Parts: sequence; structure tokens; C-alpha cells
Amino acid sequence: MTGKKLTFKIAFIFMLTSIMSMAEQEQVSHETETNHTETEAIHSGKEKQQQEIKDFVNHHLKDSHDFSLYNYTNDDGEKEHIGIPLPIILIDAENGVTAFMSSEFQHGKKVVEVNGKYLKLYHEKIYYTDADGTINYDENHHATNKRPYDFSITKSVVMILVTSILMFILFRNLALSYAKNGGVPTGAGRFFEPIIIYIRDEIAIPNIGEKHYKKYMSYLLTVFFFVWFLNMTGLTPLGVNVTGNITVTLALALFTYFITTFTANKNYWSHIFWMPGVPKPMRIILAPIELLGTIIKPFSLMIRLYANMVAGHVVLMSIIGLVFLFKNWLGSSLSFGLAFALSILEVLVALLQAYIFTMLSALYFGSAVEEHQEEH
Amino acid sequence: MEIPTIVGAGLIVIGAGLGIGRIGGSAMDAIARQPEASGKIQTAMLIAAALIEGIGFAALFAS
Repeated sequence: MTGKKLTFKIAFIFMLTSIMSMAEQEQVSHETETNHTETEAIHSGKEKQQQEIKDFVNHHLKDSHDFSLYNYTNDDGEKEHIGIPLPIILIDAENGVTAFMSSEFQHGKKVVEVNGKYLKLYHEKIYYTDADGTINYDENHHATNKRPYDFSITKSVVMILVTSILMFILFRNLALSYAKNGGVPTGAGRFFEPIIIYIRDEIAIPNIGEKHYKKYMSYLLTVFFFVWFLNMTGLTPLGVNVTGNITVTLALALFTYFITTFTANKNYWSHIFWMPGVPKPMRIILAPIELLGTIIKPFSLMIRLYANMVAGHVVLMSIIGLVFLFKNWLGSSLSFGLAFALSILEVLVALLQAYIFTMLSALYFGSAVEEHQEEH
Repeated sequence: MEIPTIVGAGLIVIGAGLGIGRIGGSAMDAIARQPEASGKIQTAMLIAAALIEGIGFAALFAS
């Protein structure tokens, strides 16, 4: 009974999510609508709208220096942003550490002066400029201004911190509740226990082996829930695309790489540098290939998660964008239905990618601790 | 004549698609033959599909 209720609740929340992401998108159409009726002819209005949707998708994929919830155009034709400013931390060899809130930039409109130097936010990157905020370009339209090292608490960083704290509280309370209730799961435990058992019995033990799996369990569980939760928050109207950021997936893949490398036994290394059971000249050819393979494995982990999330978000946002391009009841409602179906598919992909990341990590750990009794 | 990189990426994606299709088809056959082993077959299928998918994405990003 409670299981059914819980499933229903979760399904309901997911449905709400997809509807709310549409609501956020509505803003874009509203802006273009007003601009279009005021100034532009119908044809160029459509092109402008396409450009606006493209910009919206690009903006969504990028990390940002403030947590903007939504924006609108006010009566004076100016864009108003509503959101939470985040701290900006810059490190430079000359100035040392400087910190201020991102609201001082006013979304790139204002130049900020720090210790006699002028800073400007331009396309979510911070540049040194002169007092007027001039940005110089090279022939490829890339800015040539110097940049400080940016250690800001951006939107992605906030979401990573929130997810970490959430996971810590959730699983700590879960562990404590087991002690209190004599090993019987209650509440959220009923939902998470089967998942944890599944990771242990179906991912860790078959791939790593009964003998060694325990020391890897903490990492596998952490990475699974971390990736899953972040994938899911990427689908909420907050629009934080954390796992679609290659630096995040790089860090996760590096963890897997280091754990594999530092816990590997001598069999693992002998299989890389001096493959047993093959002719001697062949071993010399195989060694560099195998060595390269150790780097390619985490590299493919990184690319897979990143590309899947980016591709999913781009497709979903483009389909939602179609609603405002069609502007007739048939096309728009079809796009709406398609976007809804794709949202549900993305929920599946979010889980699947977390599963595959964990699975392949377990596979690599397994190869690192595998023991070969037989001598070839 | 210079061939654009996108053509190479397209070829790789075709190859990856064929590969994933073959994996899926074989898994279907295997499950039909031995329904009781469907769990294990699915796991193996997903791993193989994910590995090929990685190549496809790498090609897309290289282009």
C-alpha cells in the first residue's frame, strides 16, 4: 500500500517537473512576442525567435555566476532578472584573493572596480577591462582580454554542495534508523534499501568478487547516488546542468582512475607491461596499447556521462522551443506531448547513466584486483 | 580533396549504431532462448552498448 503511494508520489513529482520546465520556457516566448510586435517584421521576428531559443539552450547548458530563477522584460523594455546572487572569488598573482557578490556585475551591465582594476562579466566569463568595460576581440571573435583565475561559487558548485549535504543527511539518518528499528527499513529506507542491495549484489560482487568488494562499496554507492541525484536535478526547472559539465565528469572519472591505479595488485600491472600467455615480441607491442587503455577507460567514462547529459538537454530544450516556433494548436500541442515523453525518457537516462558509470567503475576495479591462479 | 571531419564522425556513428543494433538483437535472441537468464543478459548488453556509445560520442566531439 505504502509502496504504491510512494510510487505515485514520485511519478507525480516527475510529471510536475516537466510541466514546470515548460512554464520557465514560457518566458522566452513572452519576451520575443513583445519585441516582435513592437519593432520587427514577421519574418525577421521568427528568425529572432530561433536565435533566442538557441541562446536559451546555450545559456542553459552553461554554468553561471548567479542562480537565476527567471527573467522578464519590464515596461521600459529592460530585462529584469530574478534570482540569487552567488559569491565570486578571484585569484590573481598580483592582487591575491578578491571576493564579492555577483550582483555587483548586474548581469554584465556594470563594470566592477577592485583594487584599481576593472572587471567585467561577459558571457559568464570574467575579464579585466578598462573603466568603460571594453572587450577586445581577435579575428575569430574571441575576447583577448586577460582573465583572473576564477574560483567562484557558481551555480554548479552550489548544486554539488547541496547534493552532498542532502546525501550526507539522508544516508546518515538512514543508517541511524536501522540501529533504532532493529534492522528494519522505514520511510525513505524502503525506497533506498533495494537500490543499495542491488548495487552490492548485482554490480559489486559479480564484477569485483566476494573477497575484495567491500572496500569499493563506499565509492560505488557514493558515485551512483551522486550522479543520479545530479542528473535528476538537471531535469528540474532549476535548470542546473551539473553532470553535463565536462569538468565535473572529469573529476568523477579521475576518482575511478586513481582508485583503480592505486589499489591494483601485481597481476594487473603484469597484464599491462608483460602480458602472460602471448609470444614475447607480441608483449612489446601490447604494452603501450594496454598502458594507453588504462587512460582511455576513465576518458570514455567522462565523455559518456557528459555527452549523454548534454545531448539529452539539447534535444529536450529544442523540442520545447518548437512549441513557440509552431504557434498553432496542432504543432505546438504535438511538441508539448513529445517534450513530455522525452522528459520521461530523460528520467530513465538519468538512472541508466548513473548505473553505467557505477557498473563500469566496478568493472575496472574488478580488473585491478583480479587474481589469476593459473600460470600460462 | 579534403574530406570534412563531420563525414568521418558520421561514418563512426553509423558503425556505432549498427553495433548497438546487433547487440540489442543478439540480446533479444538470447533472452528468447533463455528467459531465465534475462537479468544477466541485460547487464552484459548494457555494458557492451555503453562502451560502443562512448566511441560514438567521442567521434561526435572530435568533429
